[in-house]
Amino acid sequence: MATATTAPHRGSARFVRGRTRPRIRVVHWAFAGPAAALFIVFFAYPLGASLYQSFTNDDGGTQTWAGLAQYRRMLHDPVFWKSLYNTGLLLIFQVPLMIGIALVLACVLNQSWLRFKGTWRIAFFLPSVTMLVAYAVVFRVLLKTDGGMVNQALGWFGVSPVDWLNNPVWARVSLIGTITWRWTGYNAVILLAGLQSIHREQYEAAAIDGAGAVTTFRKIVVPQLRPVILFCSITSTIGTLQLFDENFVLTKGGPDNATMTPVLYLYKVGFDQMDFSYASAIAWAVVLIIGVLSVIQFRFFGQSENTARDARKVSSGRRRR
Amino acid sequence: MTLNPQHLRRGLVLLALTVGAFISVLPFYWMVVAATHSNDELFHSPPPFVPGGHFISNIKSLESSVGFSRVMLNSLGIAVVYTLISGLISAMAGYGLAKYRFRGRGLLLALVLTTMMVPFQVLLVPLFQMMSNLGWVNTYQAVIVPFLANSFGIFLMRQAFLDFPDELIESARIDGSGDIRTFYRIVLPVVKPQLGALAIFTFMSQWNSFLWPLLMLDSQDKYTAPVALYTLVGGTHVDYSGLILGSFLATLPLMLIFFIFQKQFVSGLLGGAVKG
Repeated sequence: MATATTAPHRGSARFVRGRTRPRIRVVHWAFAGPAAALFIVFFAYPLGASLYQSFTNDDGGTQTWAGLAQYRRMLHDPVFWKSLYNTGLLLIFQVPLMIGIALVLACVLNQSWLRFKGTWRIAFFLPSVTMLVAYAVVFRVLLKTDGGMVNQALGWFGVSPVDWLNNPVWARVSLIGTITWRWTGYNAVILLAGLQSIHREQYEAAAIDGAGAVTTFRKIVVPQLRPVILFCSITSTIGTLQLFDENFVLTKGGPDNATMTPVLYLYKVGFDQMDFSYASAIAWAVVLIIGVLSVIQFRFFGQSENTARDARKVSSGRRRR
Repeated sequence: MTLNPQHLRRGLVLLALTVGAFISVLPFYWMVVAATHSNDELFHSPPPFVPGGHFISNIKSLESSVGFSRVMLNSLGIAVVYTLISGLISAMAGYGLAKYRFRGRGLLLALVLTTMMVPFQVLLVPLFQMMSNLGWVNTYQAVIVPFLANSFGIFLMRQAFLDFPDELIESARIDGSGDIRTFYRIVLPVVKPQLGALAIFTFMSQWNSFLWPLLMLDSQDKYTAPVALYTLVGGTHVDYSGLILGSFLATLPLMLIFFIFQKQFVSGLLGGAVKG
């Protein structure tokens, strides 16, 4: 058979016909061509343009070279620092809280004695199917200070109304709660998929050895699930660093910039104040921070490099535009 | 039934699970309740607990305030067109990268990977300027065209095609099938599952897309659902019932897709990265 001689194994002898008849190469480019052209026009060019603009000064539409002026300005901009601080708070409190709950939830949903597993899973997954802006809108109305459902419900227990979205501390709590509501079930389903690949015998062996639920969790579940937990952490970290929709709809970054994030600040500087140069510098700072965090995560979880790479691929697919 | 420690423990776990599921699902139920009541009823104390009779009047007010049926059609049209074209481009580029050796292949692959690592917000300012210069502001193509080359999709499809046996392509060639014909007739049908998962994933991300359409679309007849909802929430006299009804309707297509394609849906969400 001809096939056996022309294609011994994948990867080595890819179609050499092009070499003997060069004209055919047009066809080869025809497949990748549209994507390549689009990438050059709508990615490579704007990427360069944005880097250049971050080193300019925007003076009523005309841009002049300004070196590192915009970056220096950023270092002394309290709003920029506050947006980073807020992101840090989310990374420290929201991400671990959410992944912790998701992990416990996944373990419970994986219990053999639990019935109606599919129904439970749908119930917890449903929030992550909502439209991003729509769920933020819903929470904004639920958290309304006078007459909002949350305050009404608290009232039944004698708690006086909380000014959820207009108090700096409560606004952050609201943002954390809102994001946690939407993404916990999503992460739990991913973790559950990981849990299901752990063999039943391991649990049984642990049970025979007299390990309780907590010991089993610590000694068997967590170590085996490490790559999946890492996957969830990285996708959540990248998502947090690019947060925009939720805080924009809930609070517009307020009150007093308590829920300002770098991307929202970039939006305000660029398209409210129309300062394109400074906005570009902020954008590159975000790139730099994501890059640095990625390197740290790579170092930290060196053995799970593939997971880290997968996570960033999925984040890019999930990126919010 | 005797109450032994194991039963007690399971009972407590079930209780916690029920509370969690309740919090998870309650906002959906509340959306249905809120969407069928008038504004006054909504913030009345005690609040309504069962669906009311204002569904039709809320639909009408939503239609008169932002032209919501047009908004939904815009969203749907943009998402469908984007999904189809970017899916085709991803499949073609993925195939080209997986099965052909051509000059610039390595460079293109590097470009795909870079796109994945760079957050889109960096492109915001230059893309905005580009669209203004092209006169594309407030057009559908401004929302669709800049993101047609979807690096995630290309990568996913390339992965799918790498597993496709070269022998099949070679024998098709020997039988006299041209490259493009082979692609459509022989290769593409085999990767249908991956294409389907990619389509679900792409449709959802386009349906959710907010920041870019917000910048590009500024007349009501062009709004997509997220942009329309945002303008409603920012007004001085907020029609809360209409707003919640709009949010519900905007979420409905995503929920439908979820219930119809549950299996592909989860693998689509994971982007095939974690194997269950």
